[in-house]
Amino acid sequence: MGQAAAVIHQIQPTTLAERPDFYVIGDIVKPGSRVLDLGCGEGELLAWLIENKRVMARGVEISSAQVRHAIARGVSAYQGDIDEGLADYPDKAFDYVILSQTLQETRAPLNVLREMLRVGRRAIVSFPNFGHWSVRLNMALNGTAPKTKLFPYNWYNSPNIHFLSINDFEELCRDFDLPIERRYFLAGNTRIPVLPNLLAQTAVFLLG
Amino acid sequence: MIVEVQCKRFDNISLEGGTTLSPVEIAYETYGHLNSDRSNAILITHAFTGDAHAAGISHESGKPGWWDNMIGPGKAFDTDRFFVICSNVLGGCQGTTGPSSINAATGKPYAMSFPVITIRDMVRLQKMLIDSLGIEKLLCVCGGSMGGMQALEWAVSYPDSVRCVIPIATTWRHSAQQIAFNEVGRQAIMSDPDWSDGDYYDKKPPGRGLAVARMVGHITYMSDESMREKFGRKLREKEKFGFDFGIDFEVESYLRYRGNQFVGRFDANSYLYITKAEDYFDLTNGTGKLNEAFVTVDTRFLVISFTSDWLYPSYQSQEIVRVLRRINGDVAYCDLQSNYGHDAFLVDIAEQSEIVRGFLDSTARQVAQAA
Repeated sequence: MGQAAAVIHQIQPTTLAERPDFYVIGDIVKPGSRVLDLGCGEGELLAWLIENKRVMARGVEISSAQVRHAIARGVSAYQGDIDEGLADYPDKAFDYVILSQTLQETRAPLNVLREMLRVGRRAIVSFPNFGHWSVRLNMALNGTAPKTKLFPYNWYNSPNIHFLSINDFEELCRDFDLPIERRYFLAGNTRIPVLPNLLAQTAVFLLG
Repeated sequence: MIVEVQCKRFDNISLEGGTTLSPVEIAYETYGHLNSDRSNAILITHAFTGDAHAAGISHESGKPGWWDNMIGPGKAFDTDRFFVICSNVLGGCQGTTGPSSINAATGKPYAMSFPVITIRDMVRLQKMLIDSLGIEKLLCVCGGSMGGMQALEWAVSYPDSVRCVIPIATTWRHSAQQIAFNEVGRQAIMSDPDWSDGDYYDKKPPGRGLAVARMVGHITYMSDESMREKFGRKLREKEKFGFDFGIDFEVESYLRYRGNQFVGRFDANSYLYITKAEDYFDLTNGTGKLNEAFVTVDTRFLVISFTSDWLYPSYQSQEIVRVLRRINGDVAYCDLQSNYGHDAFLVDIAEQSEIVRGFLDSTARQVAQAA
């Protein structure tokens, strides 16, 4: 926790304030390692890792506009689809393959996770927790598809096509032998020590 | 920025086809200043009918360079930071030795006795120029279309001499469709009686054939959408069809104008030689194994394609990118949204500038950190 807190201060709050999982990921990644970020967006995380951890960074992003901004930021980002794109990389080409807040948007999440562990020595996966109490409450009270701070979209324009809780992810890893090395559960920037599936907004898993 | 074309002369160059050309001259322009450790040099490689005048206002013609919107103070290729070089290609007709040049052995223009040249030969001559300027390693080689082929060839032939390459709207080998369009252009020239087997330098050049070749070329550089926006079915200075074979449509007028204008500035034999060099271009020398061509490459790549480019379609750029990923190369790629077709790299430059600037900046930072 102390280490993670130290990292938080290094990250530019203006660019990363909305993404508490980045603090954890920034803490996990070892200096000088090879990192692939799937769904890298505008390359904020990779740019930070290049600057502060001297990593060899690569990114994949489907959106033309976001890839453009990532490249303009100096990140070697590639416009492509992560569901298909991972097949090109050789085995263990990276030390870490990162999938931050994107698992729920992929068409075939299990394939993506397996490919991540083929291409990378370790995989870092973060996702919004569909089991969080606010989602449960919203569903229970309104009887509609939840629209909360964590899941801000309407059901018809949401990029999220799979909804998973922390328990769902743990079960998947058990059923398909995806080795979990560490878990981080967050509400805002605070680590959640108990009842993560109820209290954590975001989960970060280190697999490998 | 007033610029003047310069010229370097070398005793000879040996060519991929097995012959030697001697002597050989190369026309080039430079913009900005070479820094003390010679680490800020960028080579711009021009497209098919381009020339050495890429930026600034020409001292000779008073005209701006063909990529003046990309090169200059504060622009994507920022001449306040970088030393930018652009040379005319081997086989060309704007200062560098080509079929219209005088063969020293005969005192007459080479015409069709000029040896068939390749993209690799063009790049070899560029390397000789860069060596003669005392530059060991270029920061970047960048070009669009045939310029992109040269940039790729630099990465394969001289991987230790270039830090990054930016191939734009290009391919790693010419496709059947690309060869087909070039062949139509060549046939238009060679079936013009004025072509005279290439020996026209002391008489009327094959202007009609060359103009038709250029008209075909212009169609391939635009997109269905950009032609619809620019011309639609608009009539040229009339309200009704003429019911004859004069000019009815704006698009006819435009193509004729561009065709005729081209005749004044380009040599028909250069058209033949340069299109042949494009058609022979295959980074893999026919094996199709692009991963082997790139095997020794640790150059950074920024590959750019345009969504409406049907002459050099995005899939050709994506093939390059996929292979670079397979060998774990350092590659950035973006398929930029544009309606301008193949011409986009020359005219639709706002987003292109954004990524080129960022990519160059990060590469220059890497070079500085390594030093």
